[in-house]
Amino acid sequence: MAQDEETLLLSPLTRTSRGFGIFIALLVAVVLVGAAIYGYQWANGLSVTGMNRPVYMGIYIVNFVFFIGLAHSGTFISAILRLVGADWRKPLARAAEAITVFSVPFGAGSILIDLGRLDRMFNIFVHGRFESPLLWDVVSVSLYLLSSIAFFYLSLLPDIARCRDRLIDVPRWQHQMYRVLSLGWKDHPEQYRRLEKVLAAMAVFMSMLVIIVHTVVSWVFGMTVQPGWHTAILGPFFLVGAVFSGSGAVVVTMAVLRRIFHLEDVLTLKHFDYMRKLLIALTLVWLYFMVAEYLTTFYGQEVEEMLVFWQKFTGTYAIPFWVMFTLCFAVPLAIFLTRGKRSIGWMVAAGLIINVGMWLERYIVVVPTLTRPRLLSELTMGNYTPTWVEGVITAACFAGLLLLYALFTRFFPIIPIWERSEEVEAYLHEMEE
Amino acid sequence: MPKWGMVIDLDKCTGCQACSMACRVENNVSFAGPEQAEIGRAMFWQEVLDTEMHGHYPFLETQFVPRPCMHCEHPPCVKVCPVGATFQTEDGLVAMDYELCIGCRMCTIACPYAVRYFNWLAPRFPTPLEQALNPDVPVRPRGVVEKCTFCIHRLRAAQDRAEKEGRTLRDAEMVNLPACNQVCPAAARYFGDLEDPESTVSRLARSPRAFALLEELGTEPKVHYLTGE
Repeated sequence: MAQDEETLLLSPLTRTSRGFGIFIALLVAVVLVGAAIYGYQWANGLSVTGMNRPVYMGIYIVNFVFFIGLAHSGTFISAILRLVGADWRKPLARAAEAITVFSVPFGAGSILIDLGRLDRMFNIFVHGRFESPLLWDVVSVSLYLLSSIAFFYLSLLPDIARCRDRLIDVPRWQHQMYRVLSLGWKDHPEQYRRLEKVLAAMAVFMSMLVIIVHTVVSWVFGMTVQPGWHTAILGPFFLVGAVFSGSGAVVVTMAVLRRIFHLEDVLTLKHFDYMRKLLIALTLVWLYFMVAEYLTTFYGQEVEEMLVFWQKFTGTYAIPFWVMFTLCFAVPLAIFLTRGKRSIGWMVAAGLIINVGMWLERYIVVVPTLTRPRLLSELTMGNYTPTWVEGVITAACFAGLLLLYALFTRFFPIIPIWERSEEVEAYLHEMEE
Repeated sequence: MPKWGMVIDLDKCTGCQACSMACRVENNVSFAGPEQAEIGRAMFWQEVLDTEMHGHYPFLETQFVPRPCMHCEHPPCVKVCPVGATFQTEDGLVAMDYELCIGCRMCTIACPYAVRYFNWLAPRFPTPLEQALNPDVPVRPRGVVEKCTFCIHRLRAAQDRAEKEGRTLRDAEMVNLPACNQVCPAAARYFGDLEDPESTVSRLARSPRAFALLEELGTEPKVHYLTGE
């Protein structure tokens, strides 16, 4: 890789633009407001939410599923595509993995925000029962978080060392941070060989984990006998949705980084075209699952299942349901097949639209089922409207994700340098021989 | 080991809701208040479900279904609890440990009968009812789940008494043991040991008039209903 490209990739680390400062300040403000509102919820309990009986779960749980889903982009792009040897992923890998690393904490956090007695959280470790799907979640999500961080950090290591060696003019504390975090990396060929070996092995593990994690997330619902939830398709459908929304997020991230850091030559139209093709496939797979799920329910005509079915198709949740369908399928597919071919702007629009649609999809999975419990009488028919408290806390979670991401790009190279360096490639080539 | 169960005769039930009121007072069930009740936060360990009235005067028809906890033999709520805060006692009751519950509400979404209630608010009792709390039943704090216990405190007290007197429990003293049964003006409710083939509840549960709610789910409810001649 050319020297000037490396300088380009390291340049955001040495200066802060005014706009960036304002952006960070704004995000910090939203996060602080969210924290204060959480304090309010802590003081007043979950009564400040719109949840009730029988709608015992609301948008906190929707956020949990959504953030874990969003996280899947990173693992998919970096681990699964690494396994199949798709080299085009290289410049995007870290940008995608960073979504994983910064999104999972908000997924796990959403569950904690939703707990009635957060002060007793440690009962899960002391009295945990593995018969409960919630324990499966605790184990798989924390394992996912820890291994994503390890995978991310390891692949970042040579670049931190590069920052340590090249960025001499940065503030003392920043240089000190690079020195500590680089763990004495020496740029030795043998180190690269070992690193590549570890990353390849971890990629196998991560690819399995990514499948398990989102399936397990769906099982919190799927393992109950409630209408609309108790179906084996829920696991794979959640997984596809996760990769779908994650890949949409990757497109948006790529375009933003490209614009802000002037990476036009690194993230080229070709990369967007690969993502476009991948997303066309995912849109169609999503439709396939959608049809498979609802046709099975509709054809069977079981009374309780149909109550939930009509809640979605024509009932209380008809508007979000059809908006979801339009945003997850019709609009993105149209964009990918027409304007998206040549325009990054349209691709970004599609990426955002898919994510709004996927958030709605999670909402459509969680809430309508709870409004129509099996043992139905007027007393148990449910309704749910999220309150402003839930809205603010949700906004703060999204702001928190953006904040961590933005700060990361300020201090670390978001495009991998070492993986694309010719020297390193030569070492690794030698190793293969 | 006995298996405690209940039989409710729907043909006798008048829908008066005395059972619900007695249960509330006996078990210190919090008063949500009209505004909270409006948004679905009322708590009824024993709730009387009603179906919409249908037909035309004078041939109107409606049905009341008093619904305590079913104390399932295979309880879906116990399976999903991550900390064992809800569990099955040796004699088949589905009980709660309010000190362990973390308020995750997995059990509330797993129960197909919607019998489990979450304390959205700190418990409240309008004056002077806060001075009339039952000392035998703990008041539940905000953030935990609660539900009908089949008046386990009355049951254990009766068992202790019988043990002291060196005898076994008599069916006659069990039939109206829970508060809901005790007050039922129509005498539509029965309680007792389902394992004892001679008990009132066993005999009634074997009747061709007997059925259980959502039997097809395989939860084996220990509340049986009677209807039809």
